[in-house]
Amino acid sequence: MSLVLEAKNIDKYFKKPVLFHVLQNLNFKVKKGEFASIMGKSGSGKSTLLYILSTMDTDYEGQLFLNEELVTGKPNKLLSRIRNEHIGFVFQFHYLLSEFSVLENVMLPAKKLDVKSHSEIEYDAMEKLKMLNIDQLAKKRASRISGGEKQRVAIARALINNPSVLMGDEPTGNLDSYNAENVFQIFKQLKEEQGLSLLVVTHDLDFAERTDRIIQMEDGQIVNQ
Amino acid sequence: MINWKVILGIAKTHLVTKMKSTITASLGVTFGIGAYITLVSFMTGLNTMLDDLVLNQTPHIHLYNEIEPSENQPIALYEEFEDALNVVHSIKPKQSQKKIHNALPILKYLKDDANVKGATPQLRAQIFYLSGSIELGGNLVGVDIMEEVRLSNIQDYIVQGSPEALKNNDSGILLGAGLADKMSLSVGDRIQISTIKGGIFPLKIVGIYQSGIADIDNIQSYTNLKTVQRILGEAENYVTDINVKLFDISKAAPMSHRLEHQFKIKAIDINEANAQFETGSNIRNLITYAVSITLLIVAGFGIYNILNMLIYEKMKDIAILKATGFSGTDVQLIFMSQAMIIGALGGVLGLLVGYLLSRLIDNVAFETEALPTITTYPINYNIMYYVIGISFALLSTFIAGYLPSNKAKRVDPVQIIRGT
Repeated sequence: MSLVLEAKNIDKYFKKPVLFHVLQNLNFKVKKGEFASIMGKSGSGKSTLLYILSTMDTDYEGQLFLNEELVTGKPNKLLSRIRNEHIGFVFQFHYLLSEFSVLENVMLPAKKLDVKSHSEIEYDAMEKLKMLNIDQLAKKRASRISGGEKQRVAIARALINNPSVLMGDEPTGNLDSYNAENVFQIFKQLKEEQGLSLLVVTHDLDFAERTDRIIQMEDGQIVNQ
Repeated sequence: MINWKVILGIAKTHLVTKMKSTITASLGVTFGIGAYITLVSFMTGLNTMLDDLVLNQTPHIHLYNEIEPSENQPIALYEEFEDALNVVHSIKPKQSQKKIHNALPILKYLKDDANVKGATPQLRAQIFYLSGSIELGGNLVGVDIMEEVRLSNIQDYIVQGSPEALKNNDSGILLGAGLADKMSLSVGDRIQISTIKGGIFPLKIVGIYQSGIADIDNIQSYTNLKTVQRILGEAENYVTDINVKLFDISKAAPMSHRLEHQFKIKAIDINEANAQFETGSNIRNLITYAVSITLLIVAGFGIYNILNMLIYEKMKDIAILKATGFSGTDVQLIFMSQAMIIGALGGVLGLLVGYLLSRLIDNVAFETEALPTITTYPINYNIMYYVIGISFALLSTFIAGYLPSNKAKRVDPVQIIRGT
């Protein structure tokens, strides 16, 4: 089975306020269609790792492969393009553009990618919203919907360009148990129906135990995977 | 790679949802540009008017015979005192005529010169205006009136009557406005003048001349050249002054030097005659530009502040745009285009406001004794000022937008996302 993500000998230091070795020689792989979760205590470096994997943080040592292609050391412009095309990201705090409508929020990454026509993008976006049962919110302002709805809009946005991998930084951390379960079911459905690869950082043991694989981190090292 | 449609779409949404700051920032530019246009139009209008007031009445080159002592006194020719230090007391001016020698050939020579727009002969005579038993001293200037009209805008200063009336009347006179007031005379009346030698001549007033400079209007009148020659009993070649108008004013100085040597005559060019005037104009222009640029810089700081605030407010949005695949350049362009839209809108509106204010000032009554032809405040509608205005609006908003947008470009999304 082919690999979606591979990290080789990742090292990361925080230089301020004092020199601190956050990630120590990390190696791991995520296969295509795998639903993996990263767990660990606060400060264990799991979010830091996720941001390196997302290509947003480039200040590290080691090598990162996406779809078996080296992305480490590529220029920022190209990394933006890779993020746009291959990586969907869901944050703990929804992070929608509050001045735009729900539909516009979902369409934005596809417009940036600029492969499909405007009407195709709009159709795709509506399809994603329908899949997540929030198509009735399409025309509403992003600031006027509830927290659970916002997180589902953010998932729709992450999926609009049909990415290779969906990353989540505590996507259920800010939600009540009903909405958290809802998000988990959506993720599971995506994996099962579309074969999407998922990598989720979480505190929620209940959530993690139901994923395919748990990567356990402690003090900047992977202790169990 | 740059997708302008998306970038401008985001910029537009930001501007529309923040309508209040957008309007405030635009109004800053509008005010700056509007004030610049108004100020510069008004100031240069005034400058041109004041320049014309003096320069129209000053020929580019003025030729006349100077009454002065000869440079070489007779003793210098005396061989016996060749090596001595000679001191001559109470030197008298050289005995010579007031008229220009060979005036007619010089005139012909000047009229044939390709650089010369025109050359007019003048004859200045000291006379007395007679009003009953009162004698008022003054000048009578004999001119070729139609040539003067062509070359020196004299018709602008003839407040009653016309230059044609003078041309058609051999014993007509254009009386100075101050003289007309003093002697209670008006067009159609007759006036008697007497020469220094004593002859008395009646002339008919065909017009009133008002230059706006009281010292001139109180003593000077115009008539035909031939009339003055007849009054003085001189021949047709008796001319005391020649005024030369050139096509290119910058050639005045070298040409006047040449004429001085060629014809052994005194020649004064316009820069020499009005040096202090030029200085005044330059300083007024300098002040105008200093004030205008200050206004525009203040407007630029306004835009800088508002964009800076906007970018701090939108930190999260910037992070999310970058996380979803927008590059730093894309983000910078989003904020730059906002600045440029504000600059363009505000700038165009500013040009409009400036134009309307100029029109308003242009229609305000401004009547003064000194300027007979002016009825409203003068405005200079030069298209160049509008081009400069809009260019400066765009340039200053570009700079004011560049600095904050560069900051947005360098925002690290990880820091913002982790910071919450």
